[in-house]
Amino acid sequence: MSEVEGSSEVTASGGPATPRIAIDDLTKYYGQTLVLDEVFLDVAEHEVVCLIGASGSGKSTLLRCINQLVPFDHGEIRLDGVAIDDPSFGRTGLRKRIGIVFQAYNLFPHMHVLDNVTLAPRKVHGVDKREAEARAYELLGLLDMDGFALQYPEQLSGGQQQRVAIVRALATNPDVLLLDEVTAALDPELIGGVLEVIRDLKSQGMTMIIVTHEMGFARDVADRVCFLEDGRILEESPPDQLFSDPQHPSTRRFLQRIIEAGRL
Amino acid sequence: MSSERAASAEPARRAGPRPPVKATLTPRERYLPLTISVVSTVVVFGFAWRVITSAENWPLIQRQFFNVEAMRASLPQVFSGFLVNMTVWVLALVVIAVLGIVIAVFRSLTGPWAAPLRVFAVVYIDLLRGTPSILLVLLFGLGVPALQIPGLTSSRLFWGSVALVLGYTAYTSEVYRSGIEAVPDGQRAAAKALGLTQWQTLRYSILPQAVRNVIPALLNLAVALQKDVALLSVIGAREAVREAQIFTARTFNFSSYIVATVLFLLATIPMARLTDWVTRRDQERRLQRTL
Repeated sequence: MSEVEGSSEVTASGGPATPRIAIDDLTKYYGQTLVLDEVFLDVAEHEVVCLIGASGSGKSTLLRCINQLVPFDHGEIRLDGVAIDDPSFGRTGLRKRIGIVFQAYNLFPHMHVLDNVTLAPRKVHGVDKREAEARAYELLGLLDMDGFALQYPEQLSGGQQQRVAIVRALATNPDVLLLDEVTAALDPELIGGVLEVIRDLKSQGMTMIIVTHEMGFARDVADRVCFLEDGRILEESPPDQLFSDPQHPSTRRFLQRIIEAGRL
Repeated sequence: MSSERAASAEPARRAGPRPPVKATLTPRERYLPLTISVVSTVVVFGFAWRVITSAENWPLIQRQFFNVEAMRASLPQVFSGFLVNMTVWVLALVVIAVLGIVIAVFRSLTGPWAAPLRVFAVVYIDLLRGTPSILLVLLFGLGVPALQIPGLTSSRLFWGSVALVLGYTAYTSEVYRSGIEAVPDGQRAAAKALGLTQWQTLRYSILPQAVRNVIPALLNLAVALQKDVALLSVIGAREAVREAQIFTARTFNFSSYIVATVLFLLATIPMARLTDWVTRRDQERRLQRTL
């Protein structure tokens, strides 16, 4: 994949690098239910952070807050030091720079692959058709999907659909990619191909925040793993440490259950 | 067991049981059920026909309703009326299909600024769907021309058709709305995440899927409208039913109504078959998707 667009490793003043994504004191309620409870998280450029935890621990909600799919009640999220609700992003600026891939792919079923991928570049970002399609073919080619450009999502396997969804999210050259349990809906034999794509993205320097239940994969690909419970990040450390020597009792219990289920 | 034995005679392509050998039917097995079906049907209906036509009043009924002479005499008049029905039907369908989407979109818009449009849609649907079609036809078809507003046509046919369009638009928009609501939430999330505006989301993602979801239901409404155009006869529009009425009033023979009936059936039955076919294809498509 192409290198990410120019960004400031170092602030203008020459101080320490600004994190790509900075989450400060994030709190969110669904109605009366607290789903995110004073979450702090910094993600540096090129860093891959995995969020793990039981269902309902707030992982997906955290991802959805980052690209403003859901509003939050308190705290701040910054992209390269700028709050994500800052007017300087305009209506579509944030969408261009943060891509998301969903568990259920959410491809548009009535459009073929090429239209799925080029819709946002053409209609939202004003890229002309030929250029958008050339870029789409390039990305599809990198994921071995260029032969399927004119097929419809329902003609593809789950793994192929998920790869198209990843291409769709990459089509605007985002700086950050959010992956929300992207292999959870896949048959076991299809998971590997999608994980391979994510490893490739990491090797090309993509900044990613990944919600996953694939512990082996998290251990392998993450620079840092965060364990969430009840909307809080209880433990945050490099994968080797978190998986082999978890500090928090809740993390230990969670990993124990995972091991018993044979998933690690 | 027997299939295994049969398989051993041929070169075995795979181990284990072979597919069952296709049974060859004897002519008796093949044609007897069909023959029974045809004969029994002919006998039952033939008997019923005999009973009806041997009734004491049958000649009277035949003369009044199935009089070939009267039918032939009324056909040109009734048929030209029927062309009016079909013209109104086709034009109304086009307008309804568009207006229905507009009202449905109004109703499904979110945000405080869209409140007037939402309220308009809700009130419109409640009022128009809750009023009998014949009342709408009378109100518009007789009422508006009676106002004699300069610049507005005073054609009863036109205003009666407007009444039908407005009434059916209310039903149609509810059908569209059900289709819009049936589109999974993930589609909206995906569109939003890609930066599409609310309008672009509707235009490129939601509406194409919604319309496809409800085509069978829309065709059903189209068949219903095909018949309801006949309501225009109550305001004196010279469509098929009105023409048949005029003929009957002149000749005291009801065969012209039968002519109108046959013309309507010739139009509605193919439409109903088309609807069945589209519905079946739609169900197969959904089934395939869930497999």
